Amino acid sequence: MASCILKRLSSSKKQLCLLLRLETTAKNLAATRHLSFTYQPETASAAHGETTRMNFFQSITSALDTVLETDSTSVLFGEDVAFGGVFRCTVGLKDKYGKDRVFNTPLSEQGIVSFGIGIAAAGATAVAEIQFADYIFPAFDQIHNEAAYFRYRSGNQFDCGALTIRTPSGAVGHGALYHSQSPEAYFAHIPGLKVVIPRGPIQAKGLLLSCIRDKNPCIFFEPKILYRSAVEDVPSGDYMLPLSEAEVLVEGSDMTLVGWGTQVHVLREVALMAQEKLNISCELIDLRTILPWDVDTIAKSVVKTGRLLIAHEAPITGGFAAEIASTIQSECFLNLEAPILRVCGYDIPFPHVFEPFYLPDKWRCFEAVKKLSSY
Amino acid sequence: MSAIRQAQRLISFSVSLRSSGIRIYQCLSKRNFHRVNSVTCSENVTSKFDDRPEFPGSKSEFVSKLEFIEPDNIKGIPVYRALGRNGNIIEESEDPKLDSSTVLKMYKDMTLLNTMDRILYESQRQGRISFYMTNYGEEGTHIGSAAALDPRDLVFGQYREAGVLMWRGFTLDQFMDQCYGNVNDIGKGRQMPVHYGTKKLNFVTISSPLATQMPQAAGAAYALKRAKNGLCVICYFGEGAASEGDAHAAFNFAAVLDCPVIFFCRNNGYAISTPVKDQYRGDGIASRGVGYGMMTVRVDGNDVFAVYNAVKSAREIAVAQNRPVLIEAMTYRIGHHSTSDDSSAYRSVDEVSYWDKQDNPISRLRNYMINNGIWDEKMEKEWKLESRKMVMRSFADAETRKRPSPDEMFEDVYDVLPKHLENQLEEMKNHVKQYKENYPLEHHEKLT
Repeated sequence: MASCILKRLSSSKKQLCLLLRLETTAKNLAATRHLSFTYQPETASAAHGETTRMNFFQSITSALDTVLETDSTSVLFGEDVAFGGVFRCTVGLKDKYGKDRVFNTPLSEQGIVSFGIGIAAAGATAVAEIQFADYIFPAFDQIHNEAAYFRYRSGNQFDCGALTIRTPSGAVGHGALYHSQSPEAYFAHIPGLKVVIPRGPIQAKGLLLSCIRDKNPCIFFEPKILYRSAVEDVPSGDYMLPLSEAEVLVEGSDMTLVGWGTQVHVLREVALMAQEKLNISCELIDLRTILPWDVDTIAKSVVKTGRLLIAHEAPITGGFAAEIASTIQSECFLNLEAPILRVCGYDIPFPHVFEPFYLPDKWRCFEAVKKLSSY
Repeated sequence: MSAIRQAQRLISFSVSLRSSGIRIYQCLSKRNFHRVNSVTCSENVTSKFDDRPEFPGSKSEFVSKLEFIEPDNIKGIPVYRALGRNGNIIEESEDPKLDSSTVLKMYKDMTLLNTMDRILYESQRQGRISFYMTNYGEEGTHIGSAAALDPRDLVFGQYREAGVLMWRGFTLDQFMDQCYGNVNDIGKGRQMPVHYGTKKLNFVTISSPLATQMPQAAGAAYALKRAKNGLCVICYFGEGAASEGDAHAAFNFAAVLDCPVIFFCRNNGYAISTPVKDQYRGDGIASRGVGYGMMTVRVDGNDVFAVYNAVKSAREIAVAQNRPVLIEAMTYRIGHHSTSDDSSAYRSVDEVSYWDKQDNPISRLRNYMINNGIWDEKMEKEWKLESRKMVMRSFADAETRKRPSPDEMFEDVYDVLPKHLENQLEEMKNHVKQYKENYPLEHHEKLT
């Protein structure tokens, strides 16, 4: 299922690495060309100790290293994981922890997820990688009917809470239909699952460690455009960030902007534009956990601002913004000064050369801010 | 001319003989390839080439003649049997030499399962439970396999393996409580009848989707291997489930990742109404094993001793060599698929009656016991009465127990109740209290 054309082109590891490097270079060029946001590095909490400069994929590696170090039952696996992963998230870990703990699997997403369920059900910790979120669907049955229901259907006798599925998602500048999807809303409809999307390296490490140690199966979407473009001073040690808690990144009084993953950075720019061009004060919230999501933080903000804009890359119909809008209108109906607006991907497959027109970029969001403020 | 030979050569079967005589098909290694080759192939085919294929993973040789492998020319995989229909051991070396108390337990569990099935099937017909699936005809596969395992080996079942649970000590009360979904059901009344599970007896809770348990079993076996506890996993599935993608993933992952798991196929001839001729074209499920690089054997599932011997040997291989083993147990589903099915719509009464009367695992074992003087008509009569009484008592008790409180339905979705479910629980309670006359509260424990 996973479209690793590279595999067919070359069987030798050396050539493969070269190809990957080439691909990555191309990816960076493309990303630079199309980058629809400016990444603004954050500062880690001093409480989490010393830091090291890391990009997003290195912070993932650091989290995985921490898990392998602290939990002797833990294993990492997926397609091409052994040599470091096509996005380099597991580089060096096989050599450090052995091939029985960091290993390749055959090319089968349903196999990867279910193998992880079995490992977790037998009492060990499983971190499974699905190479692209676009290819997670063969595993949908295992995630929905199996992983998520494992505890409930057994009356809490068995569970697979020690399973975490990591998968790169979202726009990347040139990914087209099958390397760009943001399928989080599908998984938001599954009781028993936790769905998390980090916005940068510091967040990624802390949230991933929380997911892996959480007693429920988690899906961790990694916005792949951030792998190299987002660089921060990430705490070197072991730290966790809370699940199911949204974070207010910018305080404001006139309007609430909610996003997650890459879109947080788009909205950060929108908030600046709104301030500069329209003198509108926006409160920016990163939802961070899609399921179970933090209603209170959003509701509290909307009670204050009276206006809400939600933006995500996935198609608008049935997207997670719809769920937020529906809940917030019933929680905050009398506080609302305008209808809740959603700026999302259009209801079309993610199109290759049209990506700049498809994305809920800062200009589309800015227009929505104008509409909301003048309603 | 040499189509068969060619096929044999390309399929690369070799046969290894165990001391007890079970023939387990194994993928040919490079070393013995030459040996077999020199016997079965004419030299002129290989001598034309002074090199061998160097393609990644290649295990064979070049040939200069185009020949397809014709599966119909390959001899079918034989069915291993230890006990004849008359209840006599066929070959002395194949006698598992079980003591009489073990044989008696086997027989009593097989027949108790049968009695329980009859009563629960009838109770569904009377509308007392919502659904049921009988195990008729497959008792030998359950008991023979369960008896050969370490009770700590982890079981991943499909849904028709109640005998495995019975062997491990799941009580009649526990079966009945689950079917009623009452307060004593350890599954807390959440699943349809027959979706049993017990952590205590290392039997992972059944789920309805087919074959999903198979790749999970491979993963669990991987974890057991790493824990170095000398245990393995057994995974039961039907020949129909083997058509699912998950079955393929399971076989392939288990073989590639060296997992100590026994894949136990209950080939009972039907997937609901679909006969095997509409399910697969090859030689059953066993023929797939070698393709995945798995040790494989086919057994007579109606011969409880054959099943026992096969699983015992498979377990030794799995644990000692950290590799999967595939067992295909040939049997026949005498009952309907479930209480929602009437099999007379797709198979003849005569066909069912043949298997019930002529090739039944229970009567075969009974013949053995009578031949060996450990069972007789009188004991049979007494046991029939006693077992029926035991089942009826459990049944009556389970029926009187209430269902769990409706509060319970929000528990265990997550390890702790999250805020949104806390809210929904409150909402449900308030609503049900307000409209109590419209809800079957009298059948449940009180709302908190």
